[in-house]
Amino acid sequence: MKAVNRRQAFALGGGFVMLTLMPMAANAQVTNDAAKLIEKFTGGKQPSKGKISLDLPEIAENGNTVPLSIVIQSPMTADSYVKEVLVIADGNPNAGVATLAFTPLSGKAEASIRIRLATTQNVVAIAKMSDGALFTEQKTVKVTIGGCGG
Amino acid sequence: MADKPRIKLPKEAAKGEIIQIKTLVSHIMESGQRKDAQGKIIPRKIINKFTCEFNGKPVFACALEPAISANPYIQFDAKVEEAGTFKFVWSDDDGTVITAEEKITIKA
Repeated sequence: MKAVNRRQAFALGGGFVMLTLMPMAANAQVTNDAAKLIEKFTGGKQPSKGKISLDLPEIAENGNTVPLSIVIQSPMTADSYVKEVLVIADGNPNAGVATLAFTPLSGKAEASIRIRLATTQNVVAIAKMSDGALFTEQKTVKVTIGGCGG
Repeated sequence: MADKPRIKLPKEAAKGEIIQIKTLVSHIMESGQRKDAQGKIIPRKIINKFTCEFNGKPVFACALEPAISANPYIQFDAKVEEAGTFKFVWSDDDGTVITAEEKITIKA
């Protein structure tokens, strides 16, 4: 058998690395119930962008407590207010984070909570207005230490 | 568990003023994801619902999932049109309910 020269050895090595990495890349995409929850909340309607501002750290050192602030532009009167806001973390074992319910008595559609994030992922907020309009916003958070235990 | 929830809001407000309310309750918020030393899953125990009412009318509510940090901190706003009482309710998975009340008056 012909001896494998240096170039071929590299090619082989590279191929091997590719093969071993590929299943890992597939695993990294955690599948959870995010899509299902969004579907249930929106009733299949496509939310439009805007109105929401999400305040989250870009890098969270500790996934156990990540401060999250949501502000939604709305007059918050009896005729026009934000009814519900769904918060989703698409990389957590369970995608649901919280569902906030506002009323005109809230005065402002603003809330802050602290959430757990298992890994680097997107946090998605979907707001449902009193007239049924839907708005969405999302933000990626890099997580150094995951917060769901193991 | 017997710890009193901590609630911060002004004692009085002008009529129609929007005030900020901060609440914090001591709770482990066990996610149901963690395992103990024997490898058994620690059962889930979280506060799954928080509500705030003012004079019996709903102001703010929040359904909480295991992805909420331990000792859940919730901050929100309320519009004050009249003097009255805020009632806060935290509902636990095991059926226990933590309640608290805070009064507010209208600035003369």
